[in-house]
Amino acid sequence: MSETTRIIPKPKKNKIGLWFIYSALLLIYIWAFSGMGLPEIKQTAGQISKAIFSGIFHPDWNYISEPGGEDLLHGLLDTLAIAILGTFISAFLCIPFAFWSAANMSKGRAIPSFGKFALSFIRTFPELVMAIMFIKAVGPGSFAGVLALGLHSIGMLGKLFSEEIENMDSGPTEALIATGANRIQTLWFAIIPQVIPGFLSYTLYRFEINVRSATILGVIGAGGIGTPLIFALTSRDWNRVGIILIGIIVMVTMIDLISGYLRKKFI
Amino acid sequence: MNPEQKRTIPPSPSKIKGYITAILFIILIWGSSVKTESSIGEFIVGFPNIMDLLGQMFPPNWGYFNNITDAMLETIRMAVIGTTFGAILSIPVTLFSASNLVQNAWIFYPVRFILNLIRTIPDLLLAAIFVAIFGLGSLPGILSLTVFSIGIIAKLTYEAIESIDQGPLEAMTAVGANKIQLIVFGVIPQVLAYFISYILYTFEINVRAAAVLGLVGAGGIGLFYNKTLGFLEYDKASSIILYTLVVVLFIDFISTKLREKLI
Amino acid sequence: MIEFIDVSKTYPNGFQGLKKINLKIEKGEFVVIVGLSGAGKSTLLRSINKLNEITDGEILIDGISITDATGADLRRIRRDIGMIFQNFNLVKRSTVLRNVLSGRVGYHSTWRTIFGLFPKEDENLAFDALERVNILDKAYTRADQLSGGQQQRVSIARALAQEAKIILADEPVASLDPLTTKQVMDDLQRINQELGITTIVNLHHVELAKEYATRIIGMRAGEVVFDGPAAKADDETFAEIYGQGIKESGLLGESVS
Repeated sequence: MSETTRIIPKPKKNKIGLWFIYSALLLIYIWAFSGMGLPEIKQTAGQISKAIFSGIFHPDWNYISEPGGEDLLHGLLDTLAIAILGTFISAFLCIPFAFWSAANMSKGRAIPSFGKFALSFIRTFPELVMAIMFIKAVGPGSFAGVLALGLHSIGMLGKLFSEEIENMDSGPTEALIATGANRIQTLWFAIIPQVIPGFLSYTLYRFEINVRSATILGVIGAGGIGTPLIFALTSRDWNRVGIILIGIIVMVTMIDLISGYLRKKFI
Repeated sequence: MNPEQKRTIPPSPSKIKGYITAILFIILIWGSSVKTESSIGEFIVGFPNIMDLLGQMFPPNWGYFNNITDAMLETIRMAVIGTTFGAILSIPVTLFSASNLVQNAWIFYPVRFILNLIRTIPDLLLAAIFVAIFGLGSLPGILSLTVFSIGIIAKLTYEAIESIDQGPLEAMTAVGANKIQLIVFGVIPQVLAYFISYILYTFEINVRAAAVLGLVGAGGIGLFYNKTLGFLEYDKASSIILYTLVVVLFIDFISTKLREKLI
Repeated sequence: MIEFIDVSKTYPNGFQGLKKINLKIEKGEFVVIVGLSGAGKSTLLRSINKLNEITDGEILIDGISITDATGADLRRIRRDIGMIFQNFNLVKRSTVLRNVLSGRVGYHSTWRTIFGLFPKEDENLAFDALERVNILDKAYTRADQLSGGQQQRVSIARALAQEAKIILADEPVASLDPLTTKQVMDDLQRINQELGITTIVNLHHVELAKEYATRIIGMRAGEVVFDGPAAKADDETFAEIYGQGIKESGLLGESVS
């Protein structure tokens, strides 16, 4: 019988730090929930939910294609066109930003840091607010949506592109400099071929996001399927809401599949 | 051309594929611009309006910050609560979509399919639907953020679970652990840090999303965009934008620091 | 002819990479620079085409100072100096032909190269160069589909297409297996003998140095500690260059694979 109690000292974790995090979390939750109050649920909520579900299961098939042209297919096509053009514009406009904010493209840290901040600013500026502003400039419609997506996407694409530039192999650049190439030639022969596949892949990724974004631009009048959806919601035409939702889900899924396939081919 | 050239140069590959791709691409862009009635001319005509608008936005109405602080706090609350509910609900979804935990393809494929469906619907659209059901207020906003969060957190986490080291799981099975013991001692320790990191990441996204949900009536600071832009008070609108920027950057900064510590 | 006059290089952290180097390399020589890593081989080689700037002294290429050259003058001098790197430094996603043609960009205006309007002679030069290193059949293959040895031969072809008068090779075989090492070194030697291109190679492998060099320069701690014909370099010499550990390390023996 061994009576020796073996004491193996527990490794001391940073307990104070942990407790600090736990209490901070607790405080945040107390603050968050106490501020909300008890939600009032409308009497009709259950009824409407049922109506929406029944709308999804009994969609208004006739809306898919109507002689007037104000139908689902046109709305979806419009949405797609907004996303395509918006993505295309931002993919071009973000390139100077990307080189500006890539740390390996300039000496010193001030210039890229400022570029990164500019991109961050664009990213945070909500695309819907941009769309509202463009509506003031070019009038309501899809074009305002295109401009909003084109400008807003620069924020994210510029960041992803600049990271792609930062991760590139500097060897070919050095080799081109050694052959006596000037800056533009080095860019064209050593840098661009390396970053193009990444750029294309990120552009497609952003396109997937933009298709989703384009579906809601119509809420504020910037074109796409969002406008008829909001009309259907406010006029409580649940069967039409159903078919529009199905249309969006099918379109987004198809775009994701196609874009995912293309992205795999590029990398 | 060169008679003394005896070597055999390999034929240069056909460029037809490249040309076809280029033509299709041009048609796509051209078609899109026709469909959306986009034109550079119209943009140039409208450009002074944009400059004018920016002029009116500057300087921001600093005094307006006081009016919108409550709404800003509500926005953050919505993001906190929505992310939390989303994270809790995503746990069961995650466990049922990881193919190395649920070997039955009849379970994980349907669960993943529903997850993918959820991810196809943008948060604002969800909010618009929830507003139709529950009426104006922050409740529909929170619900839409919850559903949206499940889509992101569950997907990232089940992918993390599928890529974990199988060794500990096999060792646990060998000593006769049941499914729950397996998850508690074999899976959770390996993915917990990732799970928390994904929650923080989703929280960052949700703060941004919550800031605009008000545009469809789902609570938060977004309501004030409608108010100010509707009355053409652009200096106030730019205060909202600046305020949002500061809060978002601050939260991003903290969250990124925490995530770096976790992984 | 390449002349080093009192060349020194001090890094910003105070480390002296090169200490008062004086050298003359004649046209057509096959020089191998040997030494431990960190001895300054690479710094020396890369200062010849000003990829590394020196802090003191002057380097003359055919009587013209590259140390003072900037802008277009510097590019014109670099155009005549081919460089081969340990990691090949090819654009992996471009075709072999495009990689070789990139050696020609220094000869043409910017817009012409950007639109890919290389004259017919340039393409012929590129094909000649590829033929000389025996990979003409790979002209339209993407560079990343070639083996390491083939990629290094593409980079030799790039230097040839450049019509370089000097080829600098910085550890050209360090990432290659023994068999391809021999092929690449043979290519360099043949080019040196047939075209009379001055060739300067960094190696850390003594056996290879003795086999291929007409002249060996030994470096240690930023200084030239041996400079003479390959035949004169014996085990004692290498012991001096590498320190006493060399005999046990097996670097001299045939056991090196």
